[in-house]
Amino acid sequence: MSEKNRSRGEMVTFMLNGARVQADPGSSLLEAIRFYGLDIPTLCYDEGLTPYGACRLCVVEVGSGKREKLVASCVHPVREGLEVRTHSNRVLKTRKMILELLIARCPGSKKLQDMASELELKEIKFRPLNDDCILCGLCVRMCEEQMAARAIGFAGRGRDRYITTPFDMTSEECRKCGACMYICPACELRCQGTGAETVLCSGCINTEPVCASRYDDAMCFMVPCLSCVRTPEDVK
Amino acid sequence: MRISSVKELDELRREIQDSRDPDRPRITVCGGTGCSATGCKGVAGMLRVGLKSRELEGRVDLSVTGCHGFCECGPIVIVYPQGIFYQRVTPEDVDEIITETIEHGKPVERLLYRDPVTGEKKIHETDIPFYQKQMRLTIGNNTAIDPASISDYLATGGYSALAKVLYGMAPEAVIEEIKRSGLRGRGGGGFPTGVKWESTRNAPGDIKYVICNADEGDPGAYMDRSILEGNPHSVLEGMIIGAYAIGSHEGYVYVRNEYPLAVANTATAIQQARELGLLGEDILGSGFSFDIRINRGGGAFVCGESTALMASLEGKPGEPRAKYIHTSEKGLWDMPSNLNNVETWANVPLIINRGSQWYSRIGTESSKGTKVFSLVGKINNTGLVEVPMGITLREIIFDIGGGIPGGRRLKAVQTGGPSGGCIPEALIDLPVDYERLAEVGSMMGSGGMIVMDENTCMVDIARYFTSFLQEESCGKCVPCREGLFRLGEILTDITQGRGRMEDLPIIEDLSEMLKDASLCGLGTTAANPVMSTLNYFRDEYVAHIRDGKCPAGVCRELIAFRIDREKCTGCGVCMKNCPSGAITGEKKQTHVLNTERCTKCGICYDSCRFDAVKKE
Repeated sequence: MSEKNRSRGEMVTFMLNGARVQADPGSSLLEAIRFYGLDIPTLCYDEGLTPYGACRLCVVEVGSGKREKLVASCVHPVREGLEVRTHSNRVLKTRKMILELLIARCPGSKKLQDMASELELKEIKFRPLNDDCILCGLCVRMCEEQMAARAIGFAGRGRDRYITTPFDMTSEECRKCGACMYICPACELRCQGTGAETVLCSGCINTEPVCASRYDDAMCFMVPCLSCVRTPEDVK
Repeated sequence: MRISSVKELDELRREIQDSRDPDRPRITVCGGTGCSATGCKGVAGMLRVGLKSRELEGRVDLSVTGCHGFCECGPIVIVYPQGIFYQRVTPEDVDEIITETIEHGKPVERLLYRDPVTGEKKIHETDIPFYQKQMRLTIGNNTAIDPASISDYLATGGYSALAKVLYGMAPEAVIEEIKRSGLRGRGGGGFPTGVKWESTRNAPGDIKYVICNADEGDPGAYMDRSILEGNPHSVLEGMIIGAYAIGSHEGYVYVRNEYPLAVANTATAIQQARELGLLGEDILGSGFSFDIRINRGGGAFVCGESTALMASLEGKPGEPRAKYIHTSEKGLWDMPSNLNNVETWANVPLIINRGSQWYSRIGTESSKGTKVFSLVGKINNTGLVEVPMGITLREIIFDIGGGIPGGRRLKAVQTGGPSGGCIPEALIDLPVDYERLAEVGSMMGSGGMIVMDENTCMVDIARYFTSFLQEESCGKCVPCREGLFRLGEILTDITQGRGRMEDLPIIEDLSEMLKDASLCGLGTTAANPVMSTLNYFRDEYVAHIRDGKCPAGVCRELIAFRIDREKCTGCGVCMKNCPSGAITGEKKQTHVLNTERCTKCGICYDSCRFDAVKKE
């Protein structure tokens, strides 16, 4: 936030899905995109905390031609003249795959299941595990940045990574304030609605995919999408 | 003693050079990684004792140097002034070397290198084919320098580049010179070094850091280790020059603690340089100050990534962060920081001394200079090789490496460490440069080169590297943590006979997502081994899945052993060696293998001298 205040000045102009838009020079792409009302899914991001760039659900496509690439919008600064596409096929495909991996690990999370419905994820191709934590690190940052406690942190590496108190012992720093539980996106149980026995709940999928594949830069962003009627062949 | 001017430095150098008689007998023992493993310490110890007992101590010099590169033939001993190259020396050979070579000036025939093709004995290092096609600019001096002696480094012209820079070149001119040389980062990324220096120099801020990345963690790679162990001053000199050009006064060498000799030699070198006034306050009396500290890494592979390394230096967990704002602007402690790899730093004094024009003539259009590779795997001449960019893989593997042992066929070569791609034999004439390697789905990386023969299963290789990377992933971002875990799961399934054809498109999707969405270089390149093997050796994947066969005979679940009735002589060797009692048979009668009891360990296959055990 401090950086934002420091660099407040002339606005930065960039291209958002083909439209010329302006943003505060200190803001991140995600902030700027959300300011314009577009929906970008996130799991490890919270307005009140330092962006972490770990869940990668907020990826957007920037640049053009050979320099076209995906970036995590929560940690990428807005830049003059940048071309940004928030819902291109490549972006959607990547987000879906990331979500699929997360659900395969934590099928019991309501947040993930809701997101799956929104992104119209239809299938989990991996063997389900039954973990709870998605390692987004929101609780760690919450504890440190907002509660000034630093009672929890990451331990281990790779697959063995987990969140814990130092040396796995009861922490004297912890005031049991519960902020970690408050901010956790995963600890809410899924609704157990339709098809609760399956890995993917799919209870809330109500429409066919957004029209991303039809248009390159100009897209509609109605969620849920109601405007276009699709034939079954389109849904692939 | 502190040196406070170029004149004093030159005088000291001349003094050292004059005190050395080129005709005086001198024995050097390679003390590099490979030779240490084959017992060079014992050889050096025996030499010391031998020289003492024959009262030759004051008349013959003995020094333990850094890596000579030809690790296959270690321990290596070279006797000067003749420059006789002895290989595979054991402590028992020492007496003969002293008697024959030192006292009588004759080579010990049986310790000389024998050309495997012509059978000819080679006396000098330069006659050996392994060395002939190399261009040993950065590791060449290893043979002449005792890494614990700054005098040795000064005698070979050390720190003259530093003097040249401090007293004759503006920082901008140094950057321009490095830019013109075309030097690119040797740690893997291949970013132009001069450009990096320039952006760090131009970044706002008074405090800037210069860092040397010596966190070499690739399996089978030891280039940086050998440079730091063998010639630490060349790295320090490069760093001081870089610091001057960038405007930095503080530097770090981040070296892994698993390299105790590199840590010790670098620490000694820093101490010596400080004592001579080549490091610290007012270097060479120029008014420029710069000091270097060593930071030991805990062995996490991911800490070789620049932002993870810097986090680790700050005392935080070694995890990368997004680099949309470059480390040259905000690096260590959010200050502009310039990180280069050991080999990159070691190239700097060379460029300053001999000029960017000379340097840029070596190599290809886009890749200049030389590159050190550690040539390992199924290759005759295992070792460190330094070659000009643009040399073909064929030249490295066959001319320098001496081909594949046992007359087997080359199948593929993996370049660039665990996240490099496997280049098939068909592309072996590919010139080695950053772009060409990337085009075929591999990379330069830090310079690991693993040669594979026809007995290597490419699916198993992909599985191995994926599991390595999965263990070494920091686990911060989802694509790398979960994606590699699932890739590993699928590949294990395939190698154990549970693969499905539908898995192949999933592998491709996962790989693409890894490349697109991972946070750092570890994740974005992690799919290279899988993608390249799937591209070039798809039939092997299909054979595993559809036919339930491992064509190379590696994946245990997919192979079966049987005894060929025609060929079996009933010698009983296999029966005796079988740990699970799966082979039965009377003497001189055909033996039978009970597949129910067979654990597929392969001992019978290896021990049969009549080629009667079949693997299929």
